Amino acid sequence: MSEVLVLVDHVDGAVKKPTYELLTIAARLGEPSAVYIGGAEKADAVAGAVSRYGAQKVYVVDDAEIKGYLVAPKAEALQQLVERTSPAAVLLPSSLEGKEVAARLAIKIESGLITDAVDVRAGDGGPVTTQSVFAGSYSVTAKVTRGTPIITVKPNSAAPEEAEGAATVEPVTVTVSDAAKGAQIVASQPRQASGRPELTEAAIVVSGGRGTGGDFQGVEGLADALGAAVGASRAAVDSGWKPHTFQVGQTGKTVSPQLYVANGISGAIQHRAGMQTSKTIVAVNKDDEAPIFELVDFGVVGDLHAVLPAATEQINARK
Amino acid sequence: MNIVVCVKHVPDSTADRHFEDDLTVDRVGVDGLLSELDEYAVEQALQLKEKAGDDTTVTALCVGPEKAVDAVRKALQMGVDKGVLVSDEAIAGSDYIATSLVLAKAVEKIGAESRVDLVMCGMASTDAAGSVVPAMLAERLGLPQVTMASVVEAQGDQVRIKRDGDAATEVVGATMPLVMSVTDQSGEARYPSFKGIMAAKKKPMATYSLADLGVDPGQVGLSVAWTVVEDATARPPRSAGEIVKDEDGSGATALTEFLAAKKFI
Ligand SMILES: Cc1cc2nc3c(=O)[nH]c(=O)nc-3n(C[C@H](O)[C@H](O)[C@H](O)COP(=O)(O)OP(=O)(O)OC[C@H]3O[C@@H](n4cnc5c(N)ncnc54)[C@H](O)[C@@H]3O)c2cc1C
Repeated sequence: MSEVLVLVDHVDGAVKKPTYELLTIAARLGEPSAVYIGGAEKADAVAGAVSRYGAQKVYVVDDAEIKGYLVAPKAEALQQLVERTSPAAVLLPSSLEGKEVAARLAIKIESGLITDAVDVRAGDGGPVTTQSVFAGSYSVTAKVTRGTPIITVKPNSAAPEEAEGAATVEPVTVTVSDAAKGAQIVASQPRQASGRPELTEAAIVVSGGRGTGGDFQGVEGLADALGAAVGASRAAVDSGWKPHTFQVGQTGKTVSPQLYVANGISGAIQHRAGMQTSKTIVAVNKDDEAPIFELVDFGVVGDLHAVLPAATEQINARK
Repeated sequence: MNIVVCVKHVPDSTADRHFEDDLTVDRVGVDGLLSELDEYAVEQALQLKEKAGDDTTVTALCVGPEKAVDAVRKALQMGVDKGVLVSDEAIAGSDYIATSLVLAKAVEKIGAESRVDLVMCGMASTDAAGSVVPAMLAERLGLPQVTMASVVEAQGDQVRIKRDGDAATEVVGATMPLVMSVTDQSGEARYPSFKGIMAAKKKPMATYSLADLGVDPGQVGLSVAWTVVEDATARPPRSAGEIVKDEDGSGATALTEFLAAKKFI
């Protein structure tokens, strides 16, 4: 069976959940191999983590020389790995960087690229992907017809399935050209941990919009009662109530949780683009004609400042 | 400085967007416009020009059907100096790979007389939303990419941007020539003024075919795309949910009941 390369999504060697989703998908297509580009000293920890999700091999590319540069060196490293392993496919997370690395790789190895897949299954002529397009109003299936399929997959597209993998560590030496070191990261401010689940990975997201009037207490209270991540509309972000990293929508994060609760959010097309594939959608809005109600499984017409604290209290009482 | 801004003509996202029988996006039967997210790139290009205060030229470059000229026209009205439309029947149905090829060849042609220092793009198109063309362009042109910029600064040939990366906020520096993409956090795009609209009518506007760029039509278009769409289906509209009106706390109780019934509590 051919290998399927999975680019490990991690922060300083701490493997993130999308990696396990990618490994689960990779197992449908072939033999999962993890590609870890990071500090070599964390390689064993990474191998331990990915072995639980079926990775047979872990290619380790020490990033000491390249971590100070944006995107291009990683694409070169993957290119060399593809040439060495002739994989059946390359899977990457649909993060900003994952997509850009995939883009450069596609040109380098002259292979077709599919971005933002929400599902991938094995087909006759290679992997068949499903994408959700036009703000979630269409579902498109596609496949790569040339070269090694390169696919970026959105978070929450598969439930990670535990499977024993050998996770044999193979250090890989790559050569990185000077040209790939053209964009230098001169400063980096790691995102502060919020203590809540990460927005794109969370099973439940509770968001607030302009209707909060800037008071996110009700939204955050409900989020914590449900163990949810907190999101925001662009109106809330533009008002300075939440940083841009909280934004859900076309120009923010795309989320696809089990449950999305929109509070004081009207449901503009650009917001929908980021949440419409959520399994269950709930809204609290005082305007019964707000377009968000067209999407919901359950809606409350009312003032969020009254509904959210009361609901939070009842939920906490039930736990 | 010589700046090229890539602008895409897209179906209006508030209109009824759909697919053609060949599973390509209908770009003719739906009202189209300049992708809103490219307006931010136009804005940043114009601001760089204004700050440089020298003989900087900003060219808007679009690949698309004839009616895509509207996107270029909008950029001209906003204040760019020149427009270039690459239009050729063979391009229809092109994927990212072919589109980035045509864009790269067009940038090379524009740069034949004087080097293109900056290629600027929006963060994504509002239709395909892939966010991959800037990186592909950089790869094809052999240039550094500074992408997803929320703040743009240029000093001589040095560029610095702020990027809200996946795990960190980063400052990224590079030397021109380079490819840049900017986000909608970079600053509101200007509206064309009446003067701008009048002036746009007299600005130079070139239309190139693939032959003008030296691109073999066999390299682009639907039939040679490296990916194929097998099926596109409209999602069934979500079935109407239950909507309750909050009266004296009934909303919170109903909400809690719903969440409990769905096992979220
Ligand atoms: C290029 C572009 C990109 C964009 N990208 C995004 C994006 O990524 N994400 C995004 O969200 N938007 C995006 N937008 C903006 C989008 O068009 C909307 O403007 C935005 O989503 C509106 O945010 P909102 O729903 O919070 O505010 P509004 O539309 O103002 O809605 C506020 C809602 O709150 C309700 N409300 C008010 N008070 C209360 C109360 N006390 N209790 C309950 N309900 C109350 C109101 O009835 C109303 O429905 C983008 C726009 C453009 C042009």
